[in-house]
Amino acid sequence: MKFDTPATTNPIDQLKIVGQPLDRIDGPLKTTGTAPYAYERHDVAPNAAYGHVMGSAIAKGRIASMDIATAKAAPGVLTVVTAENAGKLGKGEYNTAMLLGGPGIEHYHQAVALVVAETLEQARDAAEMIKVAYAPAKGAYDLAASRDSAKPSGKDDEPADSRVGDFDAAFAAAPVKLDATYTTPDQSHAMMEPHATIAAWEGDKLSLWTSNQMIAWSVGDMAKTLGMPEDKIHLMSPYIGGGFGGKLWIRADVVLAALGARAAKRPVKVALQRPLMFNNTTHRPATIQRLRIGTTKDGTITAIGHDSWSGDLPDGKPETAILQTRLLYAGANRLTRQRLAVLDLPEGNSMRAPGEASGMMALEIAMDEMAEKLGLDPVAFRIRNDTQVDPEKPERSFSQRQLTECLRTGAERFGWSARKAEPKQMRDGRWLVGLGMAAAYRGSPVIKSGARVRLDAKGTVTVETDMTDIGTGSYTIIAQTAAEMMGVPLDKVVVKLGDSAFPVSAGSGGQFGANSATAGVYAACVKLREAVTAKLGLNAADAQFADGQVRSGQRSIALAEAAKGTELVAEDAIEFGELDKKHQLSTFGAHFIEVGVDAATAEVRIRRMLAVCASGRILNPKSARSQVIGAMTMGAGAALMEELAVDTRHGFFVNHDLAGYEVPVHADIPHQEVIFLDETDPLSSPMKAKGVGELGICGVAAAVANAIYNATGVRVRDYPITLDKLLEKMPDVG
Amino acid sequence: MACNKRRPGSGCSALGGYSRQLAVVGGSDACIATHPSDMAVAMRVLDATVEAVKPQGATRTIPIADFHRLPGDTPEIETVLEPGELIASVTLPKPAGGMQHYRKVRDRASYAFALVSVAAIIQPDGSGRVALGGVAPKPWRREDAEAEFSRGAKAVMAKLLAGAKPTEENKFKVPLAERALAAVLAEPRG
Repeated sequence: MKFDTPATTNPIDQLKIVGQPLDRIDGPLKTTGTAPYAYERHDVAPNAAYGHVMGSAIAKGRIASMDIATAKAAPGVLTVVTAENAGKLGKGEYNTAMLLGGPGIEHYHQAVALVVAETLEQARDAAEMIKVAYAPAKGAYDLAASRDSAKPSGKDDEPADSRVGDFDAAFAAAPVKLDATYTTPDQSHAMMEPHATIAAWEGDKLSLWTSNQMIAWSVGDMAKTLGMPEDKIHLMSPYIGGGFGGKLWIRADVVLAALGARAAKRPVKVALQRPLMFNNTTHRPATIQRLRIGTTKDGTITAIGHDSWSGDLPDGKPETAILQTRLLYAGANRLTRQRLAVLDLPEGNSMRAPGEASGMMALEIAMDEMAEKLGLDPVAFRIRNDTQVDPEKPERSFSQRQLTECLRTGAERFGWSARKAEPKQMRDGRWLVGLGMAAAYRGSPVIKSGARVRLDAKGTVTVETDMTDIGTGSYTIIAQTAAEMMGVPLDKVVVKLGDSAFPVSAGSGGQFGANSATAGVYAACVKLREAVTAKLGLNAADAQFADGQVRSGQRSIALAEAAKGTELVAEDAIEFGELDKKHQLSTFGAHFIEVGVDAATAEVRIRRMLAVCASGRILNPKSARSQVIGAMTMGAGAALMEELAVDTRHGFFVNHDLAGYEVPVHADIPHQEVIFLDETDPLSSPMKAKGVGELGICGVAAAVANAIYNATGVRVRDYPITLDKLLEKMPDVG
Repeated sequence: MACNKRRPGSGCSALGGYSRQLAVVGGSDACIATHPSDMAVAMRVLDATVEAVKPQGATRTIPIADFHRLPGDTPEIETVLEPGELIASVTLPKPAGGMQHYRKVRDRASYAFALVSVAAIIQPDGSGRVALGGVAPKPWRREDAEAEFSRGAKAVMAKLLAGAKPTEENKFKVPLAERALAAVLAEPRG
């Protein structure tokens, strides 16, 4: 189905099942511990041997020699895989560094060996016996030091630079202006389930049970890496214990499990050890961002400039922190530039809301600083500079844009009027209290997505698509879509996901999954409805699917009748035309935060958080809320504690475990509220939905920073805002 | 990475590296690790005694002040326990009176190591005892610093953290410890 004209009324608009706050259908499997996660697939791959990954001890250079003889002879060891004995390996399209290093080493903890043994303990013990002599080379590990060498990347999806009007002249002439630099640190996805895979060979066919967000990309990249045909690879990832972008691609676990299983001639399971996760896999790259904003005296933006610097391995990608600045606020004179430095740290790549999550951390503090200079309320300043068209290309309008409504609703519901514009005015016992806010913005891309639907003689509808559920609720919203379309209750729908034998979907990433994948299911259901009416001899044009019946004119026939004798199968994909190019599809929101800062120790504790989201039709308010509060929590982590500490001498992230890399715990998040504004977006898809799982993080950290400023009068521009950055300016104790 | 605790003699990658969590006092050229526990810090200020038993059954009582060692050039040895010797029990003396405080300062609200922790007993007359966690390779207490309680937190900390050699990354622990103790002293004593 081609989607190239705005959606009109369709069966989804009934909203009998879609749009309802239903419990997730996979919930009982998860709460009873029976959802089959990759590492535990003993049911399909019995007798799997255990793999233990060894990571490089240097960041850059080469392996001069490697002695694996002792390890190979150790008790229980079946094989040791290294680049030397693995055969020729390619590199996946979505990988920047090789997933098995040697002799060249591209980053710290790049995998250099897999030890396979009868037990995990034997594998781990034997890995200690491998002796590696490294020849280290000098690398670049410090973004600030490499900043001046940064260049436009040749691999950007969007141009590195954008210019409208004459930024320099307008900024110079602006009566009120800000020129400030902000930094965001490297961050880790730190998802609960590490990358994990069981691999099994049957002749030249490879089965992979893994934890992965993008099935088709990963089949393609496994084929490329191992030099084998895609159709010999069966990749399955039905349940995923968190991804956040860290599992958009194959990582060392998949490749090494496949190589280990081939060498050991039996199934092999590999879970990346937690201490490897932070340097072996990808991370959100650090940024340095310069914001320049100039306004008239009444607060109308006349010049807005955003420069961003980030680093990555050679041939890597930039963190696109400037993208939202091209679209969020009006202003006649504009300049954005992003530059990429070569760094020899582990591979930087997508993490929840890549680009905007980092960009909004800087932009939305800058907006707060400008509002203060202007003597304007930060909400009013943003509303004053709202736009309904792409400010760089005014001929493009936003498909829907309710930023102002989000800001007003949030201010009202949060009690924003209680905020004192001047900092340090509110105290509650030992706590200095402050309120802060930020706008939220995230693009809402759409991607071709396919699905197959089956109807059987019992009236059960089964959906098959390689879409993944990374804890987001995909199972449930897909079931809701099929139930609404086919007129059956939710318990008559079976959803099968994450299998490369199924039609290729959008996958989970970039907050494109929910809207695109349900639209794909919609398309397949439209075909199935046609097959049903044809089979039943009903008029397709006026057929109603409801209550397990198909009705047309005076006739009403049970849906199941259509599949009597033979199962009915329909397959289709939603393909998106030019609508998302003629219009800008984006999601909007507002975050409001109250913090307390301990007057003695400068410990910052969030007291309450509110998000207002305008992001198209909300397919399931319960799972959407879960997505948003999870994203808000991640934003709180970014604001207050998450930082991969770089050792710029040795080129690695030092705090590579969950004790050293802190993420929020329950006690950090006492109260959260989420409001979804009513919105349907007929330009987004037949579902009229958009993404929301990434909108929820965008702007949170800046809202926290702004609240801290309001509480303490201390403006911190370097994340995370830990107490050591506040302490000097706190009031005397006692 | 080199670590004299894990592999004696291999060196220390934390010296000159990432040190935000690490010791500001009591460290050595071999090691600047911090003692991570909270319980031992509280026990230090309470003057607990440790009863240990050796493999052959011999027992001894070790005052907690003598239990932990500073790293010196053997950071792999953290306590005076001999190989094979086990802690059988810990005895707390009778309550010391006054108000007892444990103020733990950390980056997140729970489930984190202390940046600084203050274990203190403050008597109604303003005298007191204090031990610190998060600043040294062992629970950090100096009885001579406690004579300064009448002069306030700054004076106590000047003695307690005398000779501190913080790094650029963890120098905040010195004023933080002082402020945390001041906050404890500002609390009601009755």
